[in-house]
Amino acid sequence: MEALQFIQLDLTNGLYLFIVGFVGGLVSGFIGSGGAFVLTPAMMSLGVPGIVAVASNMCHKFPKALVGAIKRARYGQVDVKMGLIMGLSAEAGVLTGAHFQEVIKQRFGDVGSNLYVSVAFVVVLGIVGGFVMRDTLQTMRAGTAAEEKPGRLALWVQSIHIPGTMVYFSSLGTRISVLFTIPLGFATGLLAATIAVGGFIGVPAQIYVLGMSSLMASATELVIAFVMGLGGTIKFAWSGYVDIRLAMIILAGSLFGIQLGAIGTTYVKPYMIKLVMGVIMLTVMVSRALVIPVYLAQLQWMAPMEPATMTVMKNSSFLIMILALALGAGIIVFALIQGRRAAARESELLSPRPAS
Amino acid sequence: MASAPPDTRSYGKLLLWGGASVILYALLLIFEQSILAWSSRGGWFFILPVMIAFTFSLVHGRFTGEFWESLGIRAKN
Repeated sequence: MEALQFIQLDLTNGLYLFIVGFVGGLVSGFIGSGGAFVLTPAMMSLGVPGIVAVASNMCHKFPKALVGAIKRARYGQVDVKMGLIMGLSAEAGVLTGAHFQEVIKQRFGDVGSNLYVSVAFVVVLGIVGGFVMRDTLQTMRAGTAAEEKPGRLALWVQSIHIPGTMVYFSSLGTRISVLFTIPLGFATGLLAATIAVGGFIGVPAQIYVLGMSSLMASATELVIAFVMGLGGTIKFAWSGYVDIRLAMIILAGSLFGIQLGAIGTTYVKPYMIKLVMGVIMLTVMVSRALVIPVYLAQLQWMAPMEPATMTVMKNSSFLIMILALALGAGIIVFALIQGRRAAARESELLSPRPAS
Repeated sequence: MASAPPDTRSYGKLLLWGGASVILYALLLIFEQSILAWSSRGGWFFILPVMIAFTFSLVHGRFTGEFWESLGIRAKN
């Protein structure tokens, strides 16, 4: 293995990673995923080599997901069986996705690989994020009291009986065939290996294809993230790529965040989880769409671009990505404050008053 | 109620887990170079970063839970 350069850590670097970790953890604790996508570029902006950034991100992800899953399991929101079954198939998706990445990198180099990742971001986040956002807006228009019910697709999936493959899932209250959950887990892993956040497929798939509630799906995603993160960490640590200092500093911030995000889920209406997810997905999509012309120009698949223009577009893309995380975190904190106020008012109304 | 003040035992737990967490992070930074050298050797040494991550998640995870609890920020019943 080639000798790796690990960066020198100072207070500024440490604080930066702690804060990004906190915000990422807050989002992950709330929507089950989605906080990690900004960490790899954040570490790389400090001079960390790409492979070390990916490995260290992975190494902070599985202990964070473990803490979040335990916390949300205490609130009765986790389907462990579903998480483990989807997590194992996601592991296969991660390995396949990593292989795709290697093939593309060999064939088209780093720029080709970046283009592939950005196109995957735009296509997946555009389709899934657009669908999630549309559904959320419809729910909001229908009134805040609207309950989550399985859609037509989920009801069809639940009605299919394939002998020898049926498993009972407590989160669904019914048996479904693992022939549906395995491809969904595989796709989650495939996306995780490509854009670092499998939950952008995993959570919507559990909600819309399997018929889970948003709360259960986002909490169960933490089990899937734990399984994927542990497998990924072993793979990268076997090659010596993990910078444990970076991983643990990010973990220091993200565990504060994930606890707060998990607490937040008990105060909000279920559609808030989908709202945060939709907003983040669509904002990140814009961020990645911005750099696609840069990579196309570098591959000479379109007219050349001025270096200054490329720098502006890449920097803008990174800033929009940070904005996506900040927007998600802002909505969560706002919803948590509103939810706590409402709970306090409710409690005051219910408490007995002394007779005058 | 969700924001009821924590009791003395809760502060005790906060100090206990907070202290343990500070010790772990201090050890990580003091022995930074040795830990980094061993944990990045590859092969079966993969166990080292995995064990460190599990230990920190257990200790620091308990501390962060107690931290929000001590501020009265806890789940809605």
